[in-house]
Amino acid sequence: MNRILVIAEHDGKKLNPATAKAVSCASAVGGEIDVAVFAANASAMAAAAAKLKGVKRVLKIERAENVHQLAAVLTPQIVKLAAGYTHVLAPSTTFGKDVLPRAAAFLGVQQVSDVMKVIDATTFERPMYAGNAIVTVKVPPSPCIVATVRTASWQACSEDGNAEITAVSTDAVIPSHTRFVELKADVSDRPDLQSAPRVVSGGRGVGSKENFAVIYKFADKLGAAVGASRAAVDAGFVPNDLQVGQTGKIIAPELYVAVGISGAIQHLTGIKDARTIVAINKDPDAPIFQVADIGLVGDLFKILPELEKELDKI
Amino acid sequence: MKILVGIKRVIDFSVRVQVKKDGTGVVSDGVKMGINPFDEIALEEALRIRERGTQAEIVAMSIGPADCQQQLRTALAMGADRALLVQSTDTIQPLMAARIFHELVKRENADLVILGKQAIDDDSNQTGQMLAALWDRPQATFASKVEFKDKTLTVTREVDAGLEVIAVDLPAVLTTDLRLNTPRFVKMPDIMKARSKPLQVLKPEELGVITAPKLEATNYAPPPQRVGGKKVEDVPALIRALKQRGVL
Repeated sequence: MNRILVIAEHDGKKLNPATAKAVSCASAVGGEIDVAVFAANASAMAAAAAKLKGVKRVLKIERAENVHQLAAVLTPQIVKLAAGYTHVLAPSTTFGKDVLPRAAAFLGVQQVSDVMKVIDATTFERPMYAGNAIVTVKVPPSPCIVATVRTASWQACSEDGNAEITAVSTDAVIPSHTRFVELKADVSDRPDLQSAPRVVSGGRGVGSKENFAVIYKFADKLGAAVGASRAAVDAGFVPNDLQVGQTGKIIAPELYVAVGISGAIQHLTGIKDARTIVAINKDPDAPIFQVADIGLVGDLFKILPELEKELDKI
Repeated sequence: MKILVGIKRVIDFSVRVQVKKDGTGVVSDGVKMGINPFDEIALEEALRIRERGTQAEIVAMSIGPADCQQQLRTALAMGADRALLVQSTDTIQPLMAARIFHELVKRENADLVILGKQAIDDDSNQTGQMLAALWDRPQATFASKVEFKDKTLTVTREVDAGLEVIAVDLPAVLTTDLRLNTPRFVKMPDIMKARSKPLQVLKPEELGVITAPKLEATNYAPPPQRVGGKKVEDVPALIRALKQRGVL
């Protein structure tokens, strides 16, 4: 029987939705699923994790050092906790990507990154070459399997579960060589880019930081999160955390609207699991039109206001 | 101080990679090769640390077939002082790469190791974190800004929530994100000069590392294709199409 440990991601207040996707992947592996919440005060996140369908136990590992989710701090504890589990999973977010390989190396395990599909408990599909190849890998089960879960490939599990919550302590020694200084986060009332069902992204075609206001305005009308291409980020139109693509966020919204984005392969890698892609671009030959379900050729500064008017009528 | 930089030979970023029809891998014969772009950024950062006034020896290290010497020569032309190639024709997975780098780091007594956050071939994003674990030293991954003072690095990291700043004590492992810097172009005289810089070839066995892969790749497939390409005439038609698909 598989015993699966999922490392929860959170910001100290709320459970990150990527956790529920990692739990879905754990359910596809099959077995007993525990979720570990490392925090200074884990109550709120543990309660949310206990509702995730398929979870048997939520482990609260509370200590003062766990206030920030630093890899150097969490990994010695994950390694202690991993004993007895067949699988250790985390979402393939910047959190999971930072923490889990460090834990895998301590365990002497070759990690599987970005699991897209579970074939069986030891065989998985994952992307390589910016998603241009999907490789099937067979993983030795001993001592355990360590894997990150590609969030865009998994739906969040439902929240009608009722797992037991247990406080756990480890005797892990925590190093002092790594210290949190600060988090510069953009405070926004808009939906979170990674998990929003609707996303509007702007590219180089938007032209400037000031012009990006039209993207924000249209996104607000749609109730959408705002994203951007790497070109727009590099040009300084928007901050880096809005970047969608191979080296930014990989997302899978219900609706993705690409505005003034030509559609470089690096960008398409980040959106190809979206259910509907709409492209608005003045260049009829832009590669984005080859993947878009609905394309409209024209000037974004004319089309977006017109779209807003039409949306008002609905 | 001594800075070690990882240089991986990969299929060039500009190549559209194709999966072989028999599913045994991707087409690599006759395909343009280059330095992993994140590794160029890693080397550039090492050079800039030195140019900002820190005395440093910069060593470029690679693992792979003899052809990796080409990429190491480029690294030497960019400004690395010498190069190490751990020669192997095996597929080197991240844990094995980390074990080899760890042996080199111990031999060289490194103060700082800078690696790309991921290689654009297998996209694993593991080696830096694994090396930091084996070395039992700090890791500062996905760096977009590095400030260096005494024995401490203050690193700005690109994370999903924005920019996280952490401080790490040396020795440490740093992995680079795209916006850390823009690598310099190599000049012709530097290419000539690089020919006489030392490049040492080692074998994994000399380092006591077994390189056989742990993950067995049983099949490669192209990704499922999206069928797009439908265009509409105007905004009302776009609205109708969205309603038809049930997204509005």
